[in-house]
Amino acid sequence: MLLIRCPYCEEERPELEFRNAGEAHIARSANMAGESDDDFEKFFFIRSNPKGIIYERWRHMHGCARFFNAVRDTVTDKFIMTYRAGEPKPSKLPIISNEVVAK
Amino acid sequence: MAKAAAKKTTSVASPSVERRPALAGRSTAATGAKVEVLPPAERISLRAPEASTAALSKALGVTLPKKSKTSATKAGRTALWLGPDEWLVIDEAGNDPLADCAAVSALHSAVGISHRNIAIGVTGAGAAAAINSGCPQDLSLDAFPVGAASRTILGKAEIVLLRTAADGFRVECWRSFSDYVFTFLSEGSRDAAV
Amino acid sequence: MSGAFRIPGAGRLKQAKTARFNFDGQSYTGIEGDTLASALLANGVHLVGRSFKYHRPRGILSAGAEEPNALVEIKRDAARKTPNVRATVQELYDGLEAQSQNRWPSLSFDVGAVNDIASPLFSAGFYYKTFMWPKAAWKSLYEPKIRAAAGLGISPDKPDPDHYSSRYAHCDVLVLGGGAAGIAAALAAAETGVRVILADEQAEFGGSLRFETGAGIDGQYGFAWAQAAIARLQGMDNVRVLPRTTAFGYYAQNFVGLVERVSDHLSAPGHDLPRERLWQVRAKRVVLASGAIERHMVFADNDRPGIMLAGSARTYLNHYGVAVGKNVGVYTANDSAYAAAIDLKKAGVNVAAIVDLRDHPTGPVIDEARALGIEVNFGRAVIRAGGKLRVSSMTVQPKNGGGERTIPVDAILMSAGWTPSVHLFSQSRGKVAFNDETKRFVPGTYAQDCVSVGACNGTDGLSATIDEAYAAGEKAAKDAAAKTAKSNKPKVDASESWSRGMLGAAPGAGPDTTVKAFVDFQNDVTAKDIRQAVHEGMRSIEHVKRFTTNGMATDQGKTSNMHGLAIAAEVLGKPIPEVGLTTFRAPYTPVTFGAIVSHARGPLFDPTRKTAIHPWGEAQGAVFEDVGQWKRAWYFPKGGEDMHAAVDRECVAVRKTAGLFDASTLGKIEVVGPDAAKFMELLYTNPWEKLEPGRCRYGIMLREDGFIYDDGVVGRLAPDRFHVTTTTGGAPRVMNHMEDYLQTEFPQLNVWLTSITEQWAVIAVQGPKSRDIIAPLVEGIDMSDEALPHMSVREGKICGVPTRLFRMSFTGERGFEVNVPADYGQAVWEALWAEGQKHGAAAYGTEAMHVLRAEKGYIIVGQDTDGTVTPNDAALDWAVGKKKADFVGIRGMARPDLVAKGRKQLVGLKTKDPKVVLEEGAQIVEDPKQAIPMKMIGHVTSSYWSENCGRSIALALVAGGRDRMGDTLYVPMPNGVIEVEVSGMVFFDETGGRLNG
Repeated sequence: MLLIRCPYCEEERPELEFRNAGEAHIARSANMAGESDDDFEKFFFIRSNPKGIIYERWRHMHGCARFFNAVRDTVTDKFIMTYRAGEPKPSKLPIISNEVVAK
Repeated sequence: MAKAAAKKTTSVASPSVERRPALAGRSTAATGAKVEVLPPAERISLRAPEASTAALSKALGVTLPKKSKTSATKAGRTALWLGPDEWLVIDEAGNDPLADCAAVSALHSAVGISHRNIAIGVTGAGAAAAINSGCPQDLSLDAFPVGAASRTILGKAEIVLLRTAADGFRVECWRSFSDYVFTFLSEGSRDAAV
Repeated sequence: MSGAFRIPGAGRLKQAKTARFNFDGQSYTGIEGDTLASALLANGVHLVGRSFKYHRPRGILSAGAEEPNALVEIKRDAARKTPNVRATVQELYDGLEAQSQNRWPSLSFDVGAVNDIASPLFSAGFYYKTFMWPKAAWKSLYEPKIRAAAGLGISPDKPDPDHYSSRYAHCDVLVLGGGAAGIAAALAAAETGVRVILADEQAEFGGSLRFETGAGIDGQYGFAWAQAAIARLQGMDNVRVLPRTTAFGYYAQNFVGLVERVSDHLSAPGHDLPRERLWQVRAKRVVLASGAIERHMVFADNDRPGIMLAGSARTYLNHYGVAVGKNVGVYTANDSAYAAAIDLKKAGVNVAAIVDLRDHPTGPVIDEARALGIEVNFGRAVIRAGGKLRVSSMTVQPKNGGGERTIPVDAILMSAGWTPSVHLFSQSRGKVAFNDETKRFVPGTYAQDCVSVGACNGTDGLSATIDEAYAAGEKAAKDAAAKTAKSNKPKVDASESWSRGMLGAAPGAGPDTTVKAFVDFQNDVTAKDIRQAVHEGMRSIEHVKRFTTNGMATDQGKTSNMHGLAIAAEVLGKPIPEVGLTTFRAPYTPVTFGAIVSHARGPLFDPTRKTAIHPWGEAQGAVFEDVGQWKRAWYFPKGGEDMHAAVDRECVAVRKTAGLFDASTLGKIEVVGPDAAKFMELLYTNPWEKLEPGRCRYGIMLREDGFIYDDGVVGRLAPDRFHVTTTTGGAPRVMNHMEDYLQTEFPQLNVWLTSITEQWAVIAVQGPKSRDIIAPLVEGIDMSDEALPHMSVREGKICGVPTRLFRMSFTGERGFEVNVPADYGQAVWEALWAEGQKHGAAAYGTEAMHVLRAEKGYIIVGQDTDGTVTPNDAALDWAVGKKKADFVGIRGMARPDLVAKGRKQLVGLKTKDPKVVLEEGAQIVEDPKQAIPMKMIGHVTSSYWSENCGRSIALALVAGGRDRMGDTLYVPMPNGVIEVEVSGMVFFDETGGRLNG
């Protein structure tokens, strides 16, 4: 079970309190009705599903109930960082290696 | 006949019917911890932006906490921080927090949930252990001191946890989950001596 | 008393405390503190099981969790039978009953042993090759046979009467393994005051100190020091000491699963004790002190009972006071077996010979063995063991060939060296590194905040181990909680030390032979099987593993991995690290389902939700159905009625007089704030801004894809307050959906959502007499049609308690839904029921509710829709605000496929024979005479007998359905084709007059 840092509770909490909510930073058009078929397809159906860094939404469902954003590495499963909903996609990520140096 | 009934109603004969709280009176005591259903209380779910908290605190007579996992208590009324704009206000003194909020003009939402929630007390040296039988949070006094409050989970049910004493917790859950939560805590308390 | 092989004065058990036990029907006596294995050995019993594939007689190989052979069934009663218990781990209790497995009719004469003779048939990859053809035989013949033969032991067929508990725990430093290293690390951490958990799989702490006679710490004998240290740790408030506790899985972010065996060692465990306790520990730092596992020698017939690991024989002697034989032979490739020979010799056991594969070893243990008069042979190999049910001899030959010599023995103690236990480290995703000098894999690159100390880290010698472990404990405490303490490091006075050894097959079991030299005892994998796997093209060690099953199943490579790897590397002609190690997987040792399930069984398997009115239904004899987690009254049978009779009566009563229905499970959300209407506009297809306070509207919610997601009646209580209802099953996801949009797409709106599902009990009173029933109990609400028309809501009082009274109908009759605070639900219901009785009202359940709504063509989301139905498909276009600029689903709804002609549309179906009731889910075709597979144009979504209509009624999704009104379609069923006519969806009171009737 992962620990996930909730940016609203400002602490790590057990994964059981959270729900994944799909890819982040997919903006809903302000003029939804006017979207072309292609744009709607991109908005609604197309997801990046990367190997490596993914930006995704989570909800602290059984905690503060807030939706927030997270950067996670799909290879290591590690959370790189989390930030509040509405904040821009971080331009720079903290470097987190999967390897802790031998102690 | 329908016409007769359709007339404006005036006075009603039976002003009171029996209140039947869920699980009323249930309790178990094990070596490690005692689990008991607590009496009904008045409760509201309070939602408000930062700017309204001062006015609401004043009206409620208790300062709404602003930090996660905290609560504030005054005169039988406790405000639990559940989210950045969400509080659970519990009044055990028989006063109505909904009425107090109704007078506040500042932006907010107050919704009565007195009957939605059930409170279960877990007390004793093994209280934290009993809850940790199904709750994944760290309940040590360092991580979850007296007064700490949090929405979290117990097994497959959502609960709100408030630490009322070093060896005492108030567990709130929705009415229909109360049998599950009570049974879970009872089982947990049986194994809470270790 | 407690066995002929118990040596007076040896071991630590108290002879006075005996325990009787039973193995395969034979009664024996052991001592409290024994394991089943030590007690059997004390009685001279070595033969305890049959191997998995060849049914070869097997004995006891080890004295710990790595045991691959001595797997037995422990039985307390018919329901408490545990198969595959390691006799080496099972503690003895008075009255213990054990049985051997995988043999018939008896352990010493086993018919299945024919597999051993026929073993050329069962070589590596046997299953993959043999059961390939004919294809049809797989399902009917091969699979059932394999399934019957597969698996060891027999599961009990009764429910498990024991209970299991679980605990989430947090600590600063978790120490796994309670040998010298683990204890030292725990002491160092504990003295700083941080929270420490120390766990060990054995009943007693000490690890290898259990058998090492040459260890001295702080002026005490090693094992005594360990017990004193544990007593000290147990006395500290910040420390939890867990014996009999196996760390079985190491997961992300230092989350470790442990199982504590609480009562399996007790003769009569009290009912209050759980059988096992699952610990789910989150640790800031983990110290791995899991020790090392001794390897066996790979030689012909090395699996004969009586052949065991040297260190284990030493444990049986020094801890349990048991000699594993009277005349033992020793076969080794390192120093540690000498210590076993020396200890046994000193205890009066004859040591026939030590056979050492090494050419010129030197050292104090060798000198001591010689001084004791033990025959020591260098550069020689044991090429064969004699005996069948028990080893009787060992045949020795110079390792480069030459004359054979057979030495009679009744036990062989072997040691090929020690393999660091890197299982948990590997599970933590750490990468092991091969130390070429010592020929072992040790922890290399760490992936988590943990550290390995002692033997599992490849650290040799007690002094070095304690130094390393104590420092690691101090550092872990400092890193986890920034705490330090004055060093109080244990001082090592005396220690044993050895390393090295050999990997792979010993001489005599080389590529030129066909002997059975076992690498993996549990899976019956021989050196020859590994070689064959490589010859047949397996190059990756992962493939070799799967082809041969080496190191698979519960063994997880504890004894077999390194030998298997070395043999494969040799055949491949590659160095060991290039061939690589297979992945170690959780669980380290088998975990019971009971421990994993823990509390989640019976009433705690899943919450069972009941409404406030549930007890009334129960008292009335209602039959309940499951709707998600809810129990809902399905129907209320009276006087021997079956379901149909009850439902017919309930349906008629509602339309004739009135019915009461518990609608409390409906999802309810209070939407509050100045932007409430704006928010509702965005989340529902309908317009809301102009809905007046006090009025209601039926709302439809779509997903962004334009399909119906949920529906329900929404009442506007005030300009800034809506009371939204959702479907019963949809309540949580609708709330999540609304919160999602509110928080992330429309955060600028000043509105908040609160679930009030459980705040309000809801009593639907429906039927022509509904108002007459309610009115006498209501206060402060004008009940006239003018003041309270259909689709309106008022707040007032009923029976003196607050109510939100909705005038609405899901039956097509004049109807109300009375919301009262949940704790008053039953009392208000009873008051309404009493009023209802004056008018002949009935209580009705969910089945009647379904029929009544279907008679009116009202849909149920999730039954008549399936996530691919648009409002237009469901003939609900009227509920979509045509002038709205935006709402969730507005664009999805306009996708080309969703507006194309020929979509499946919801229509009514009337069977030509009114008595025939269609099956829900039945497929619909245009031409019943067409060839199979027929073209299906739709399916039945709802179908009932309607007593009110005097015929069957059905709703169906049919391609282009609304253009087929009056057409005849066909529903092919196994017993014939049913003719149906397409109709409108309203079967009863088409004009809707009864809403005000």
